[in-house]
Amino acid sequence: MTIERLKEIVHKVLPDVDVVIGYRQGFDALHATPFFITKPEEVDELIWGPLCVHNLAAYLPSLTKNKKIAVIVKGCDSRTVNQYLQENLINRENTVIIGIPCSGVISVKKVLKGLGDQPIEAVSGDGDKITVTTSQGDKALSLSEVSPDKCRTCQYPTPLIYDHLAGDPISPDKPAESVYDDVREFEKLSLGERWHYWETELSRCIRCYACRNACPMCICQDKCIAESRDPHWMTQRLNGTEKLMYHMIHALHLAGRCVECEECTRVCPVEIPVAKIKKKINMEMAELFGYKAGVGVEDTPPMFTFKVDEEKIEEHEL
Amino acid sequence: MAKLGYLPKEKLTALLEALSKEQRLFVPCQAGDAVLFQQYDATKTPCLDRPATTPPKGIIFPQDDTLFTFTYHKDAEDLKKVSVELKENLDVAPTIIFGARPCDAKGFLIYDRPYTETDTPDPYYKKRRDMTAIMTLACPAPSPGCFCTSVGGDPADKDGSDVLITQLESGYLFESITEKGETILQNSLFEEGSSYQEQAQRTHEAVAELVRKPFQVTEELTQKVLSLFENDSFWEEEANKCISCGACTYLCPTCYCFNITDEQAGSSGERIRTWDACMFYHFTLEASGHNPRALKHQRLKNRVGHKFSYYPQKYDGAIACCGCGRCVRYCPVSVDISEIVAHAQEYTNDHGE
Repeated sequence: MTIERLKEIVHKVLPDVDVVIGYRQGFDALHATPFFITKPEEVDELIWGPLCVHNLAAYLPSLTKNKKIAVIVKGCDSRTVNQYLQENLINRENTVIIGIPCSGVISVKKVLKGLGDQPIEAVSGDGDKITVTTSQGDKALSLSEVSPDKCRTCQYPTPLIYDHLAGDPISPDKPAESVYDDVREFEKLSLGERWHYWETELSRCIRCYACRNACPMCICQDKCIAESRDPHWMTQRLNGTEKLMYHMIHALHLAGRCVECEECTRVCPVEIPVAKIKKKINMEMAELFGYKAGVGVEDTPPMFTFKVDEEKIEEHEL
Repeated sequence: MAKLGYLPKEKLTALLEALSKEQRLFVPCQAGDAVLFQQYDATKTPCLDRPATTPPKGIIFPQDDTLFTFTYHKDAEDLKKVSVELKENLDVAPTIIFGARPCDAKGFLIYDRPYTETDTPDPYYKKRRDMTAIMTLACPAPSPGCFCTSVGGDPADKDGSDVLITQLESGYLFESITEKGETILQNSLFEEGSSYQEQAQRTHEAVAELVRKPFQVTEELTQKVLSLFENDSFWEEEANKCISCGACTYLCPTCYCFNITDEQAGSSGERIRTWDACMFYHFTLEASGHNPRALKHQRLKNRVGHKFSYYPQKYDGAIACCGCGRCVRYCPVSVDISEIVAHAQEYTNDHGE
């Protein structure tokens, strides 16, 4: 059992670190919540499974400066760690990575949508199905039906970097060339249709900045231009222009840096598919520079370097 | 005596249409996969099955409100002389909020104490509040994370509403609570409703049973939360997973803090009031550069403390949380305010105090 192996590793690691970050059960049976373990007796509360949706690696930059942190990462989350190392944002010596091969998580929103947003009393998993119990009875849902978009094209079920691995590696079984199919499909729409789509989606934004704060690669955080009065690039207005501006700034700051964890989409309370904007830019970065963020620990992000003659940028040929 | 009216389900659209002709009518509507209060017209898809993602507070206290516009005029004779012209912006139309939940309606009662029940009432809030009627839908089921019965509420609470609506098998029972509500129930679409009252009562009781009760408000609660004020390790532990975004505050029916900024271009501009959130670093950032709440646990302490200690101390023990559960349900990392309060209640230090 992965969970037993995981607890064993955590017990082993705990004496040498300040905190181990994993998952435990949240306020109801459907929600897991990040769990900061400091004492051996807490290890038993650890959980692992399709409810463990959060990208826990995102806590690292603020903590590894002066503490030693162990963190549980899924395959997708491990790209965050690699990207932090590429960008020199974490102290590797203060980081212990407990990798966990993952065969997919759920989207809490998709499960709740299928159940009319009722409190969940119990969830049990069995292979590719989960059974959810509410006061109205049981409902079985197939994992593929309620999985987040990122799982549907997952290329990295096994972490790309780890110090300990809790479980046997899992090989990817989704075609690599289909990762950006949704973007290509969207691009078939006319400019007017795409504009209308984003105008409608972004109109719901409440500027709560959950997408920004959950984003592992949004490193300005407290100094974000969206709230700054000096420089005063954005007003505090809630109109379409300002919302679009904010989301474009977010996306452009992530060009060649977005590790596709889709936390921004997951956390949006008003269900804006914000990750889609970043995915489009990632597709361009892959085509232009042959670069995918967070895949190799030794890679250099294209925006961190400069070549006089870029192979695929014709305008630069003098 | 409360007026009772029954409306068969198939007449709901007709009612919404009739109400929207007389005044601005806001109804929870499907918006993408979210449910938002939107001004009703025939193109909208009302959704009463679940509480709206965002509370209706923005209808009375807009997230983005122009308080006044200003223009600077230079004196043609003496360019050093500048006068400023102000134009207030207080146009408010009669409004109905249809399909709020009891916790949403209660949120406005919590707003009222600082905004209207003072020597210096807020004219913008007060005018909208006075001109708005609230038609509340008794919750047909609890929602994930909600806990109204822990903070003195009830899924069929009438406090703060003008009309209480109960969803029955093939229709709705409407009960007037205030004069405003009675006027609304004069509409000819309503049938006599008194025979449905018992059925509604049974529904209310059944739903109340299903609401989770993570803690109970006691007389000591306010003091207990306050006694932890300087206990950094308690708050650090509660806040360690918090990512310091504003989802909890912006979705909260009772969070009422705001920011004021002048948005100026050239010689004219607008003074706007926008929601602010104590979860943000900038919230208490002072001009000197000092920030009394520079760390996230200090900010989370403020949010919990305000609702369960500072506000009740100021206003006769009233808790500033209506238990809607939105902050729990939509928190990116499932920070649960009810759990924090329960932890505070249970807390004993090394001396057993």
